[in-house]
Amino acid sequence: MSIGEPFSRIDGPIKVTGTARYTADLRAANMLYGVLVTASIPAGKVTGIDKGGAMLEAGVVRVLTHEDMPRARTPIAGPPFAHSFLPLQDDQIRHEGQVVALVLAESLEAAEAGARKVQVRYAPTKATMPVALAWPEIDRAAEPPRNTGYFFLEPEFSKGDAVHNLAKAPKTVATVYSQPSRHHNPMETSAVLALWEGDALTVYDSTQHVFAVQRGLAALFGIPPASVRVISQHTGGAFGVKGLIGAHEALAAQAARIAGRPVRIALSRANMYSFLGYQPRIVQKMGLGADEKGILTGITHDVVNLATVTDDYIEAATEASKALYATPTMWLRQRAERANVAMPTAMRAPGEGPGMWALESAMDELAVDLGMDPLDLRLANYAETDPATGAPWSSKKLRDAYEEGARLFGWRDRPRFPWRDGDWIVGQGMASCLMGTFRFPSRAQVRLRRDGSAVVETGTQDIGTGVLTIFPQIAADVLGIPVSAIEFKMGDTTLPEAGPTYGSSSTMGVGAAVLAAAQDVRNRLARMANLSPAEVCMADGRIGRTGAAESFSVADILERAGESEIVGTGSFDPTKHGAGYSMRTFGAIFVEVGVDPELGLLRLRRAVGSYSVGRIVNPRTARAQLLGGIVWGWGMAAMEQSAFEPSLGRFLSKNLAGVAIPVNADIPSDITVHFVDEVDEKASPIGGKGIGELGATGVAAAVANAVFHATGKRIRDLPITPEKLIA
Amino acid sequence: MDSFAYGRASGIEDALAEGSGPNTVFLAGGTELLNWLRLGIAKPERVIDLTQLTGLAEIARLPGGGLRIGALARLNDVALNDDVARGYPVLSQAILKSASAQLRNLATIGGNPFQKTRCGYFRAEEALPCNKRNPGSGCSALNGINDRHAIFGWNESCVATQPSDPATALVALDAIFVTVHREGERRIEATDFHILPGDTPHIENALRHGELIVGIELPAAAPHSAYLKLRERESYEYAVVSAAVALDLEGERISRARIALGSVALKPWRLTEAEHSLVGVSANDNAAIRKIIEGSFGEAKALTHSAYKITLAKNAAVRAVRLAARASP
Ligand SMILES: Cc1cc2nc3c(=O)[nH]c(=O)nc-3n(C[C@H](O)[C@H](O)[C@H](O)COP(=O)(O)OP(=O)(O)OC[C@H]3O[C@@H](n4cnc5c(N)ncnc54)[C@H](O)[C@@H]3O)c2cc1C
Ligand code: SF4
Repeated sequence: MSIGEPFSRIDGPIKVTGTARYTADLRAANMLYGVLVTASIPAGKVTGIDKGGAMLEAGVVRVLTHEDMPRARTPIAGPPFAHSFLPLQDDQIRHEGQVVALVLAESLEAAEAGARKVQVRYAPTKATMPVALAWPEIDRAAEPPRNTGYFFLEPEFSKGDAVHNLAKAPKTVATVYSQPSRHHNPMETSAVLALWEGDALTVYDSTQHVFAVQRGLAALFGIPPASVRVISQHTGGAFGVKGLIGAHEALAAQAARIAGRPVRIALSRANMYSFLGYQPRIVQKMGLGADEKGILTGITHDVVNLATVTDDYIEAATEASKALYATPTMWLRQRAERANVAMPTAMRAPGEGPGMWALESAMDELAVDLGMDPLDLRLANYAETDPATGAPWSSKKLRDAYEEGARLFGWRDRPRFPWRDGDWIVGQGMASCLMGTFRFPSRAQVRLRRDGSAVVETGTQDIGTGVLTIFPQIAADVLGIPVSAIEFKMGDTTLPEAGPTYGSSSTMGVGAAVLAAAQDVRNRLARMANLSPAEVCMADGRIGRTGAAESFSVADILERAGESEIVGTGSFDPTKHGAGYSMRTFGAIFVEVGVDPELGLLRLRRAVGSYSVGRIVNPRTARAQLLGGIVWGWGMAAMEQSAFEPSLGRFLSKNLAGVAIPVNADIPSDITVHFVDEVDEKASPIGGKGIGELGATGVAAAVANAVFHATGKRIRDLPITPEKLIA
Repeated sequence: MDSFAYGRASGIEDALAEGSGPNTVFLAGGTELLNWLRLGIAKPERVIDLTQLTGLAEIARLPGGGLRIGALARLNDVALNDDVARGYPVLSQAILKSASAQLRNLATIGGNPFQKTRCGYFRAEEALPCNKRNPGSGCSALNGINDRHAIFGWNESCVATQPSDPATALVALDAIFVTVHREGERRIEATDFHILPGDTPHIENALRHGELIVGIELPAAAPHSAYLKLRERESYEYAVVSAAVALDLEGERISRARIALGSVALKPWRLTEAEHSLVGVSANDNAAIRKIIEGSFGEAKALTHSAYKITLAKNAAVRAVRLAARASP
């Protein structure tokens, strides 16, 4: 058995020793270095660009502007592009940080020096800026969303008359929760290397979806997708910012074509804050109505997020309210506040991440009002079926997750009142966790060789989550060979097409395809050995009937057949699995925090996360994902924000020195990650569901609830920084 | 960054001769200078590397008590030195709470006070309106994002703060910067090293062009001292507010108090009034200490978003007095 075993990461050593090669490490012969010049105003027109100074820099080869770039052969509209306009196609400025020129040079230093010398003249127009953070102003600025391809879920939903029920309810909560824009901040800044051979394009990329880049660039140049090859060996963290095609990917390919030489663009950290996506500012008005016993009679959830003047990216925070509690009525609405800002995008735990911050804070407020244990309030409103549609769950063991988490934390025996530890006041809080389930079609191929080794091939990508370990594990399990006998090939559009690496989807989709391909190998082998495929199993390089003593060597079977290998193929088609069922992942997070109210300090002391996510393929990599999610949630709760400067129309600090994210010292060792014993066969033949994002949900609410427990202060605007704690 | 010429100083004379050339800067650990070059905050034509100079990294006891720390001593070497850790916990703690372990292994104690403000406008990847970066271009923070900015000593030309932790401790310790220059040596009191913005916020310290810090002298040991640094994350982060306190105690009574606040002004801010009033007060009388400290904030003046820092700074100072009193030699 290798599924379920805690293998350490196969890619661990090359990553910690720096030998793994990322896109920015690659060099092509005769390559040019590209550096981007970005707009310093948020709205207006480029009236002129003086390239003279830049061209005088030694090593600068070209400066490309909107006057030089070929027009897109297919209109850029919606995904797979991250924004429905491409820079350098016209002279319009839609946001500060938009690319206005690209400098190509023989070295990075020359390109950077050249970029600083490019003189851009602008005719500014009045920019629309985000309004002040107050519900009446946000509500006034908000507009119903226009679908240009960036709503990934329906923006509105209602069931029954929630507004009426809230008006009638004996107990209500009506509160507004907000959170600032935040960037993904992956360790690796995005990078791309594009090279043409005739009409064929090869792109090395830091991406979450090689096939999307292939299709998008093929459309951009009006060439068949087969003429575009995209390779992504390792992506150094992504969290959503590398999910869709960013401007640099298109520009590198265009520039390489114009220059007739390979072009590599490795973004600066500032570029990441200039024109790539981020999670926008989100303001949520929550309404809960309940009877005296805490049984919900209605939920209203009104969400406004920042969007651009060209596209409405909609942050589906209402998904939380749509799926978590059994409520007879709900009224959910999402709107956009449009401004001259860069295009937001999905960020780890989109939708439910922000949505659960609001819903689970409001539930805590209701529990306090009712004098009820917050866990009991949640159990009282447990949704046995999908509250929005009434459909059964593919699998849900949230009740077990609550109980087992509570036991591990000691929730039921906790002190009712906060206590002191020196200057710290200690408080505890909890929240539920919830995440949607996204599944994408995927294909894989497995080749088992005569010598007992195997090759697994699928065009998925490694963004650091552990897929380089768990996919070989899945194949090894079926083929009865050690994981070390498997070579895993991925990250290339010449391989069988796999889905994107986002939406916590890989294990279900790609994993199921690998499973099916390995099973296909086993079935073929069984038939070659005159065994019934349904009855065989493989171990130690042999195949035999399950339970029988007799078995046959794979090498012998292949030798007799005159074959050097057996090739199996497999696929996952989500429409064939779990139709009619609602699929989500669930959990509960319990935290203990310390607050030093005089010094405005907030620190995490311990946490327990308990999750209902189906089968766990590798407990070690799974734990890492959930633990990473909790850390992600702590960042959201306690420090992360990308401060926007309205008078300059930009994020003020475009670097990690001016934007705090958690460091090791913030994270206590006392964090328990627990999985409920569960198999969800409807979601995927793997029996598991997505785990990459769930852990990040609920944490901010649990922390704010613990802060309330400790101090009596209800903080509804994230992050919980010193000025809010000493106020 | 733009190209520059690089040279290694072979001796102090050589450093002073080279360093006084036009548009020339010194390089010590390079941890701050490199940022300026990358951001375009400094565009020197020549960089003179000091790291080959000998005899400037020692930590030695002074004959009449006190210590002399060579300017090129690495931050971690200073913090972990026995005499410093035992005799001057406030300095040791201030250093260990600075930056990260890797940076502290590279950065020097002499280079540290030269670090510039963390103001986001000043540190942007392109020049934004900022008097410190481009004199006369205005102060964007005055009515902009200024929640981490000054509460003391600011004016409309610049509302930034000096972020150095070690410098705050050195001011509380009444340390002396010993400098050399082609026109002669000087001894500068730590508190006079950084200067308030005036009309020239781009001028940040009292040194002349080409002047070199060779050492830092600490007067008699201050075992009852402590450094408190407040920040939203636990490590690798600048202070929102910090407090350095050194006390002399007679029994439980305070016979001398020195208090410097960090990240509240363009220089470490001594609470002189409170220091006088604390003499004779019991170190355990929290209420009296609080009253005295709160009374010494007369000059504090909030910006549009920095008022909370006044409360925080008062609380930090009160707490740091308690920590210093409890520090056991
Ligand atoms: C990511 C990061 C986080 C940081 N966090 C903190 C923090 O929390 N707290 C804190 O206090 N500091 C912090 N720092 C600042 C760090 O401590 C300073 O960068 C460091 O101390 C500077 O020393 P250096 O030797 O590297 O100076 P350099 O970068 O070499 O020099 C800086 C300047 O000082 C001048 N100079 C250096 N030595 C001398 C000398 N002997 N005489 C005259 N001029 C000299 C140089 O000419 C140059 O202009 C941080 C820095 C970084 C990069
Ligand atoms: S506070 Fe000082 S450093 Fe910041 S913008 Fe104003 S002048 Fe520049």
